[in-house]
Amino acid sequence: MSARVLVGVKRVIDYAVKIRVKPDNTGVVTDGVKHSMNPFCEIAVEEAVKLKEKKLIKEVVAVSCGPQQAQETIRTALAMGADRGIHVEVSGKDYDNLGPLQVSKILAALAKKEETSLIILGKQAIDDDCNQTGQMTAALLDWPQGTFASEVVLEGDKVKVIREIDGGLETVRLKMPAVITADLRLNTPRYATLPNIMKAKKKKIDVVKPGELGVDLTSHLEVLRVDEPPQRQAGMKVETVEELISRLKEAGRM
Amino acid sequence: GMSGARALRLLCVPQESKSFAVNMFKGQINTSQVFPFPSVLNEEQSQFLQELVGPVSKFFIEVNDPMKNDALEKVEDSTMEGLKELGAFGLQVPTDLGGLGLTNTQYARLVEIVGMYDLGVGITLGAHQSIGFKGILLFGTRAQKEKYLPKLASGEDVAAFCLTEPASGSDAASIKTTAVLSPCGKYYTLNGGKIWISNGGLAEIFTVFAKTSVKDEKTGEMKDKITAFIVERSFGGVTSGPPEKKMGIKASNTAEVHFDNVRVPVECVLGEVGGGFKVAMNILNNGRFGMAAALAGTMKGVIAKAVDHAVNRTQFGSKIHNYGVIQEKMARMAMLHYVTESMAYMVSGNMDSGASDFQIEAAISKIFASEASWSVTDECIQIMGGMGFMKEAGAERVMRDLRIFRIFEGTNDILRLFVALNGFQNAGNQLKNLQKALKNPLGNAGLLTGEIGKRARRRVGLGSGLSLQGTVHPEVAHSGDLTVKAIEEFGATIEEMLLKHGKKIIDEQFVLKRVADSAIDLYAMVVVLSRASRSLAQGLPSAQHEKLLCETWCIEAYGRIMADMKSLRSSSSKQLFKNLRAISSALVDNGGVVSPHPLGF
Repeated sequence: MSARVLVGVKRVIDYAVKIRVKPDNTGVVTDGVKHSMNPFCEIAVEEAVKLKEKKLIKEVVAVSCGPQQAQETIRTALAMGADRGIHVEVSGKDYDNLGPLQVSKILAALAKKEETSLIILGKQAIDDDCNQTGQMTAALLDWPQGTFASEVVLEGDKVKVIREIDGGLETVRLKMPAVITADLRLNTPRYATLPNIMKAKKKKIDVVKPGELGVDLTSHLEVLRVDEPPQRQAGMKVETVEELISRLKEAGRM
Repeated sequence: GMSGARALRLLCVPQESKSFAVNMFKGQINTSQVFPFPSVLNEEQSQFLQELVGPVSKFFIEVNDPMKNDALEKVEDSTMEGLKELGAFGLQVPTDLGGLGLTNTQYARLVEIVGMYDLGVGITLGAHQSIGFKGILLFGTRAQKEKYLPKLASGEDVAAFCLTEPASGSDAASIKTTAVLSPCGKYYTLNGGKIWISNGGLAEIFTVFAKTSVKDEKTGEMKDKITAFIVERSFGGVTSGPPEKKMGIKASNTAEVHFDNVRVPVECVLGEVGGGFKVAMNILNNGRFGMAAALAGTMKGVIAKAVDHAVNRTQFGSKIHNYGVIQEKMARMAMLHYVTESMAYMVSGNMDSGASDFQIEAAISKIFASEASWSVTDECIQIMGGMGFMKEAGAERVMRDLRIFRIFEGTNDILRLFVALNGFQNAGNQLKNLQKALKNPLGNAGLLTGEIGKRARRRVGLGSGLSLQGTVHPEVAHSGDLTVKAIEEFGATIEEMLLKHGKKIIDEQFVLKRVADSAIDLYAMVVVLSRASRSLAQGLPSAQHEKLLCETWCIEAYGRIMADMKSLRSSSSKQLFKNLRAISSALVDNGGVVSPHPLGF
């Protein structure tokens, strides 16, 4: 089986950190803030590594787009069992404007270059909650997609994906090459062990520029302003139903 | 006598020691090991270490359950497995033998995480690698290392350090376990019993200390000397008792280990035959920095709990962090943590830089860390009030876990004597040289002029000419001056004590304890001066806060040192010691409290 799996891993602010908006309202504070791999990307890496351990696929390549620190995230993937990494170097203004459209163009270009059978991504990132990259990548490549996967089974040249949808579960069968996005219940990511982190130091990370892949990073979106969610107002106790109605009317809610 | 004195002979320091502590006893300042604050990790080591911190923390937050471990009086099986898989059992084993090959500083950083979350697990891991098989790392032959380290690194084999016996705790040199060489000379027969052995019930590999009959090189006489052995449970004859029921670190297995005619091949001798005491002292000395690092982590954790409570709890209309009483508690907790953390990384940094004489500093760091963490946790519970007393809050478990740290790995009382006596011995050697020089004054004019000049200046109240100006950051210059004054006073007092008591100083434990307390305070002053200077020089955002911690500590430490030294030199201290001795004597005679009940019955 010469199948190669590409896994996208995004460096995001750690889920446990209290987010603060920058004083100039252009974004959130990232300097000196703890970052880690997007939890859904961890699940994606875990699924890819499991497929490799079952000997169903040959190689797991971890990809991340961003500045130098993106390599830390790739190293975490390598410590979890990915074979090698690709760091697509994007920094400064380009990085600030990097969104699902740009990333999916990059992933599409890499998938073609690296002869990929399967792209596995997290369903969304916990910073922007876009939930678009997987879908856009599949569309750009004209590949089938199995999003919100809670189970993935390889069947020869096809892959069966059980998807979490509003009504319950939906099973689809995709002809590879295909794009899958991982949902919460797909698996429980393994802990990177210290010996594996040490071994990961020897694994290769290639650095490429978007230009080399023929990708144009121009964004068609402009972030105008970022604000904190409104402060939760104190509630008010009322004695009677009549009082409740009159207060609601006062507040213009009725 | 006590094993401390014997330890001294074996850990003797050469005349020109670079250790700050050794020199301060002589009233001298050697800054080479303390300024600037050591930065011993290269970029690769630092980056690698940063990658390890996350997964280790994550494991302790998400997988390890300290309350469960405490209640079960055992580390949960799944957690033990997880720790082994994580690679936590062979942190300092060389990579070619299956370990992570961490330096002391890297090890300290990880052990700090363990200390923050679960001291019971900390002791399980520490008893295994910090002392259990450390002897193999320090003294093992290549063959012994290759044979034992891989399985110890993976955790397939657990190790334990077997020194203590029912009649031999602090007086380690008095152990009675014996190892008799067979007539064929191929093996030793080991007989004896050890108590309170951490991991005793779990271990496969034991570092055991036993008395062996050794021929004295000079006299030809047979003498009983301690030899260290690597003993495998599989040798047969090794049994361990049930887990002891303890006040704290309940998750850590503590058991008796008995050796009944155990055959130990001569290849299992660790270090030299008859050199076992040195092996034991070196192992303990080598592992001490780990304790300071772990306890720095513990303190950080409880301080966060205390602060969280003080910030959220309202009483008498204000959040309690607004009240002076609470503010003083929190400030002192922060200083104690800052000193401990600075000591831990100063010592580990010195060790990684190749220093060989750090035993006084290591002992000081153990004493300080164990007492500071007890005090800090106690104050944390106090700040939390009733809530702090409840199991749920997690602070009471830490308090119970901490009590043993002032006792094991060298009781703080013994270590204080060790610090003082070691210091006195080195200072005494210098005095001896001086006395020799006095016998031949013309041939030693330079030395004598210097020494006489120093004493003359001291007599008229002028400084000794010592200074830390130019070494410490100008913003903490005043604290530097206080430190210099304290060193001068300290050095002068040491000399006076030596001249007064001579060799008999060994028995003057009231004096030794106070000398040690001041030595600890002095080292603490220097350590925070060094750390704060570095932060100021680096322009860290926390630099001004660290300056506050440093200055506040130095002011109070200076006060304590000057008061203690003054009292030692006064005649009233002699009376005080006499009184204390007499009171104790009466208690002994009476089997308890002597004064009859105020009610007469």
